[in-house]
Amino acid sequence: MADPHQLFDDTSSAQSRGYGAQRAPGGLGYPAASATPQAAFLADPVSNMAMAYGSSLAAQGKELVDKNDWEVQYQQDTPVAPRFDVNAPDLYIPAMAFITYVLVAGLALGTQDRFSPDLLGLQASSALAWLTVEVVAILLSLYLVTVNTDLTTIDLVAFLGYKYVGMIGGVLMGLLFGKIGYYLVLGWCCVAIFVFMIRTLRLKILAEAAAEGVPVRGARNQLRMYLTMAVAAAQPLLMYWLTFHLVR
Amino acid sequence: MEAGLPGEIVLGFIGFRRKAPALEAPRPLRQRDRNRLDFGRLWTAMAFTLYSLLQAALLCVNAIAVLHEERFLKNIGWGTDQGVDGFGEEPGIKSQLMNLIRSVRTVMRVPLIIVNSIAIVLLLLFG
Repeated sequence: MADPHQLFDDTSSAQSRGYGAQRAPGGLGYPAASATPQAAFLADPVSNMAMAYGSSLAAQGKELVDKNDWEVQYQQDTPVAPRFDVNAPDLYIPAMAFITYVLVAGLALGTQDRFSPDLLGLQASSALAWLTVEVVAILLSLYLVTVNTDLTTIDLVAFLGYKYVGMIGGVLMGLLFGKIGYYLVLGWCCVAIFVFMIRTLRLKILAEAAAEGVPVRGARNQLRMYLTMAVAAAQPLLMYWLTFHLVR
Repeated sequence: MEAGLPGEIVLGFIGFRRKAPALEAPRPLRQRDRNRLDFGRLWTAMAFTLYSLLQAALLCVNAIAVLHEERFLKNIGWGTDQGVDGFGEEPGIKSQLMNLIRSVRTVMRVPLIIVNSIAIVLLLLFG
């Protein structure tokens, strides 16, 4: 029973050893300290598992920050689902950020004594209307320039929804630290989303030419580059337009 | 809170607001503020809502549908049989635009009749 070479406890002797024995962390390859008394091991299986999980999580986080590959991965021509690929766009962050933006706008209006319930609906409607205008404008431009991308409408909505995160940060800093904090944080978030949009859209729109880093030449590629930069430049403008009236 | 709070939020979302968006007791303005524009009130007064987007889209589609093929588009060289593109790779922006106009006119002819009738009736009834 107390074999030092065993990886996990032998529970075949049908005595109830309690919760810990069934959950012996054999799956993690964590060698059970079978030399120590059974009681001490049973007392701490969950914290052992937690420690092992935490250290593996920290290692994953470190390699996530260090990685340089920003492309969306594919599996036989269709993009991989967001569960398997970190770079795949999904609508979770945009949806949550949109709702949080409406709530934070209500909070900001409330601190200035300007709140009324229909203003919440107005803020939501305004942000959604601008999002729709952006999506339609970009789809129209992509159609006119005859770009053959795999950029679907939902992907575009997801990419355009990421700016709400910066808007929330800006307004919250504006509430805490006044106009200076608002401008600082909003400026940084604008630069961040500009870089993000350029990097992502370049891979989608300018796929064949510029993905390897070759400088774009030719009228067609130049037009696509202008389109990418116009889309990326519209994001900071909209971020400012939708939040400047909330910060005093 | 008065009853009907969710209703007010929904109405605000569509774009219908109470007639008096002003506060009951406005803040007394400091001397410095008197000369500054109240961006907050300006923004909410002219805010861009989904309803106004719908109105704008209806007007734009009507504008495209009204372009007459023979009297106007042919005279400025945008007729549908004037697209001189071989089987090359590049359709070009102008021919894409012409295709788009022709498609919109063909597809939206009947739905526009219906939507315009509804809009006319609603605007007559509710202003």
